[in-house]
Amino acid sequence: MNSPPVPRSALTRRDLLRATVLGAGAMAISGCSSIGAGLLATPPASGTVTYWNLFGGGDGIRMREMEDGYRKANPDIELRTATFMWGNPYYTKLALSTVGGRPPDVAASHLTRMKTLVLGNLLQELRPEDLERHGITAEKFNRKAWEAGLVDGKCYAIPIDTHPFVLFYNTKICEQAGLLDAEGNLAPIEGPDAFENALSRVKQVTGRYGATHGITSPSSAPWRLFQTLYAQLGGEVLADDGARVVLDDTKAKQVLDYLRMLTVEKRLMPGSVDYQGAIALFASGAAGFHLNGEWEISTFQDAKMPFSMTLVPNVFGGPYVVQADSHTLVLPVRPEPDPAALDRSIGFVRSMLDQSLTWAQGGHVPTWQPVATSDAYQKLTPQSQYAAAATAAVYDPPGWYSGSGSNFETVMGSAVGAVEAGDLSPEEAIAQLRSKLAVLAATASPV
Amino acid sequence: MASTDITGRAGTVAPARPEPRGGRHARTPKKPRRENRLTGHGRPALLFLAPFLALYLLFIVGPAIYGLVMSLFNTSMVAPGLGEFAGLDNYAEALSSNDFWSSLWHTIWFTILTTPPLVALGLVFALLAERARRARWFFRLAFFLPYVLPSAVVALIWIWMYTPELGLLSRAVTSLGFAEPDWLGNPDFAMVSLAITTVWWTLGFNFVLYLAGLQEIPRELYEASAIDGAGPWQQIRLITVPLLARTTSLVVVLQVIASLKVFDQMYIMTQGGPNFATRSVLQYVFDVGFTDLRSGAAAAASTLFFVVVLAVSTIWLVMTRRQEPEL
Repeated sequence: MNSPPVPRSALTRRDLLRATVLGAGAMAISGCSSIGAGLLATPPASGTVTYWNLFGGGDGIRMREMEDGYRKANPDIELRTATFMWGNPYYTKLALSTVGGRPPDVAASHLTRMKTLVLGNLLQELRPEDLERHGITAEKFNRKAWEAGLVDGKCYAIPIDTHPFVLFYNTKICEQAGLLDAEGNLAPIEGPDAFENALSRVKQVTGRYGATHGITSPSSAPWRLFQTLYAQLGGEVLADDGARVVLDDTKAKQVLDYLRMLTVEKRLMPGSVDYQGAIALFASGAAGFHLNGEWEISTFQDAKMPFSMTLVPNVFGGPYVVQADSHTLVLPVRPEPDPAALDRSIGFVRSMLDQSLTWAQGGHVPTWQPVATSDAYQKLTPQSQYAAAATAAVYDPPGWYSGSGSNFETVMGSAVGAVEAGDLSPEEAIAQLRSKLAVLAATASPV
Repeated sequence: MASTDITGRAGTVAPARPEPRGGRHARTPKKPRRENRLTGHGRPALLFLAPFLALYLLFIVGPAIYGLVMSLFNTSMVAPGLGEFAGLDNYAEALSSNDFWSSLWHTIWFTILTTPPLVALGLVFALLAERARRARWFFRLAFFLPYVLPSAVVALIWIWMYTPELGLLSRAVTSLGFAEPDWLGNPDFAMVSLAITTVWWTLGFNFVLYLAGLQEIPRELYEASAIDGAGPWQQIRLITVPLLARTTSLVVVLQVIASLKVFDQMYIMTQGGPNFATRSVLQYVFDVGFTDLRSGAAAAASTLFFVVVLAVSTIWLVMTRRQEPEL
């Protein structure tokens, strides 16, 4: 209607370009046919399982391998899968499809996001008798992950892994820095001074940095490091399902002071790198340590660099804890209950659990004990070297605005990142945290 | 305002043709034009408009009204229906929220940073491409091509160029002996980096509009002025720029609106960071609505933003009408 005026000679060129863009757009849309099948296709006939997830990269490849494993074992059941973009776009679609009465049979969800879905009455309760028919019982899981997934003592989600924050280290650099033990593993590091000392020795070898971790964006990365150290001091951020802020200023300041010392004051870690930059610096040998979620294991394996992984050191003493989350499988509420579909869905969940070893190759610690305690997993290195993190996991605090990829993580991580980048003092960061968290805590829950 | 006296000056140059025809179409606000058509042709016009009107009502007007209603309720993303009535609470919340105001300022700051260079460079490159004797098609294509790229591709290319220590731009700047700016990591500089990316990406659109405007300027004017002894710079200053006034108005208004709508670049390149320094108002709406699941509050914030855009458009409409007394 209000297309800008162009003389005739130029009009054809513009039209041509516009048509090109439209054509490209149409190709992009038809390229997403797998998503289209999940969203638009007619209601699946009986004997199908629809499964939505948010796994890309190496996880996506392994998940497809596991889906094929299920198809092979159940040739009479049609498995329809759709992979969506990670994070909020996925949870929005999952929630809206369930509200709209067209949910998938099974969906992946972060444990820390699952509770909000439960509060919104979007998930089916998984009754013990239904689960037992497929051999799924509480004691076959890592206790920490299983209990973290209960809401009012009821089960709504089956945890398939724990994915902790871990310490990656370059074995060659750490060897030169004299940080490895006789077997070539990183010698235990404990306490704030020991960790600082290890970083400075590595820095002497690399000439650049001791360690890297993503700071400027996305903000979830600084949150994970802060949560690990803050929880090691016994600190908590939220209480009463997010209605109350219980941030301990003294403990938070202690952590922020320490992080500021490592980045701004002693330059042992670069203060202004983003997630990808931190990975690139570690992969290129500019740093000997890298703090990140274990899921980046594939990145460094692909980089063909000498590296290994271990638990994040216990910097602040106390009982050992480390930030983590779990991937779970959930069954969204259906418009009408269907026992046969429920059985098929739980059967699919069981099949995923049985293939936990495939999943574990991507770095995730299996929660399914038959696999977690198996020899095959113990021999899987470096993945099994930090398996203890599953039991020491500390999850994001419950709250409607909390959880993986939530505004809570953004608020926390932005302030921590600003301290590490030298833009805010620890005191200013705590003040900012308090004011932003107070707004969220005072807001009525939308679920 | 500036263009009013420009019209006068242009009038002395070409009294017979005060304005190029194409330019008039460009700046004619669309509403009056539609009314003219309706009164002129009646039912057939309505018939031709019907497909557009149906889609417009269904996908633009309808949702807008629904959003307006939703902004008065505590609507949740994960619950069916509108939820409980909230009155003007959502508006009060947005208006008293520091986050809302700072994100609104980020959007306006982005508009201030991007509009002048996008208009000025669009004109400069159009003039240069027009002067090229050979391979003119190449220059036209070269300047327009980035505009064809999807925002995600542009963002990924520039994230790599901006990567600290390893990125192309960082290497280039340090090899010239300058201290490397922290392109996306410095809260004071991140918006400038996003603006640079946006200028590179969307310049082509304004460039094409200016190219079209240039072709509307009669050749005789240049010949006549050359005979009178005008140099190239005088020709640009006294003929080209004044006669492009209408194109400039169009380019500016389209650019301001496009810049106010910014979302993609920040969402992909900085996620609104570092420390919320580049969160645009649309991302604030997205965060409240999709991340916090509070559709009602998000609808109120976007309605307030709509009012801002409406105000800008209205001011522009009044200004351009004043320029066109013949309408």
